[in-house]
Amino acid sequence: MKPFLSIEKLVQKFPNGNGGEMTVFENASFGVEKGEFVVILGHSGCGKSTIMNILAGLADPTSGCVIMDGQEVKGPSLDRGVVFQNYSLLPWLTTLKNVTFGIKARHPEWTKSQVEEHATNFLSMVGLEGDVIHRKPSQLSGGMRQRVSIARAFANHPKLLLLDEPFGALDALTRGTIQDELLKIWGQMEQTVFMITHDIDEAILLADRILLMTNGPYARVAESVEITIPRPRNRTEIVEHPNYYAIRNHLVQFLGKRSKELAGQPTEASKTNKPKTVRIDLTDPTEDPENKRSTLKAVNS
Amino acid sequence: MGTLSLNQRAALLSVLMLVVGLLIWEAAIPAQKAVKELTEYEILTGAGSQKAGVPPPSQVIIKAWDQLSDPFYDAGPNDKGIGIQIGYSIYRVLTGYLLAALIAIPFGFLIGMSQVAYKAFNPFIQVLRPISPLAWMPLALFIIGDSEASAIFVIFICSIWPMLINTAFGVAGVREDWVNVARTHELGPIKTAFTVILPAAAPTILTGMRISIGIAWLVIVAAEMLVGGTGIGYYVWNEWNNLDLTSVVFSILMIGVVGMLLDAMFGLLQRRVTYAE
Repeated sequence: MKPFLSIEKLVQKFPNGNGGEMTVFENASFGVEKGEFVVILGHSGCGKSTIMNILAGLADPTSGCVIMDGQEVKGPSLDRGVVFQNYSLLPWLTTLKNVTFGIKARHPEWTKSQVEEHATNFLSMVGLEGDVIHRKPSQLSGGMRQRVSIARAFANHPKLLLLDEPFGALDALTRGTIQDELLKIWGQMEQTVFMITHDIDEAILLADRILLMTNGPYARVAESVEITIPRPRNRTEIVEHPNYYAIRNHLVQFLGKRSKELAGQPTEASKTNKPKTVRIDLTDPTEDPENKRSTLKAVNS
Repeated sequence: MGTLSLNQRAALLSVLMLVVGLLIWEAAIPAQKAVKELTEYEILTGAGSQKAGVPPPSQVIIKAWDQLSDPFYDAGPNDKGIGIQIGYSIYRVLTGYLLAALIAIPFGFLIGMSQVAYKAFNPFIQVLRPISPLAWMPLALFIIGDSEASAIFVIFICSIWPMLINTAFGVAGVREDWVNVARTHELGPIKTAFTVILPAAAPTILTGMRISIGIAWLVIVAAEMLVGGTGIGYYVWNEWNNLDLTSVVFSILMIGVVGMLLDAMFGLLQRRVTYAE
């Protein structure tokens, strides 16, 4: 049984400028289940954004394929909504019109009032109400703009929502509030989400599973770390969960050291190259620490 | 003084400069000798004062009042009101201009969308663009035959380039993010063109249209001096032939005023489509 979203042996090569080729990533394979929130972490240059663009259908991989819901991804589609890092709102439209723009594309048969009501609902879900929704994006703060962008994406109920470093350009405080908004809206919608980030704490707060990428070139998805902290999560409370620092340390170790050690190794095409599943749960009585250490060792070797 | 706003102070200064300028002009014109003091020979050779013909502003104002109180009279081919003459000029400018826009904007759109087309057409545009529009006049007269249509053609050819280049430039420069928004929302090419690319490029396109209307208005005066018959350019030349310099000065001012209004109109349009990022 294939997962809802299946990424199979994705390879991306770019010309390197002197006639040769540069392999960004090779044989990247992983799956995402329906309703799952998956975050991908990795250093710049490992091809995270390229994977995102391929999933969105905005770019084509050199080889390999992406299968969603039994169908191969070919070109962009309304089934895959994207929230871009730079918000990508249309500056000549008001906040409301930016959201109705998406809804009208999704539901051309709806009446004007239906479309507006739907848009207003989703804007209020991310905390934008009243006079604000008639302003142009240039009159909004960065945080508010990203909220509009999130509302636009969720309002369309895509089968898969892609978030490309959505909070990268925001300050830490704003980022916190919008993460909460995102969790709230995600909790209501059972939306499948695939997100890129650089921020480890953000990843732990939001994700069901974190995919770790090694450094490029020849980057690959090396590990899939389950976040064993129950939902609903809250930024101030999760840090007190016993698993929090164990997971965090594992991620820091990977990004700080092992992503480099594992980098630059071309793999044989015959290998399936699925990421190794890592489960760290200090609260699980069936899993004694001895056992866990051996899993980690296996990953390390 | 401290209570006046910036705009009020500027307006006050403008009025002051106008008044001072007019006074200097008025004072600089030497009083004209009465005609009977000159001999017939002097009158024939125009040996009065060299500046005698240049009218003082007071005369121009009287002339303006005279003309503007009845701008649409028509007393034969050589004596029409200023309103009729300007009307003819605006008609020619707008006809040539709209024809140019009809071709330049869609065509600019297409070459802006395709890098190959952009590069392929560029050398032709670069060669054709710097040609003085009046240089086309003999060819136009020969091929088209009709002087009226030739004037319109000259306007057409001079207003097409800024619109074409700006449209192509604006369309080519639309941010890829916005195009990606259209793509992820499955908009077709036509819908993308109208709902994303057109509004995104509109300020640049409008800039081109504004430059074009300015050039068209500059060129119509010269073109009408050549083809004659009607229009503000013809009017200026005709009054020169009549040695009526008061009318010449008056019509020069009118050319400026109409040009300013045309520009202001496009400025207003431009403000409506401009967006802040």
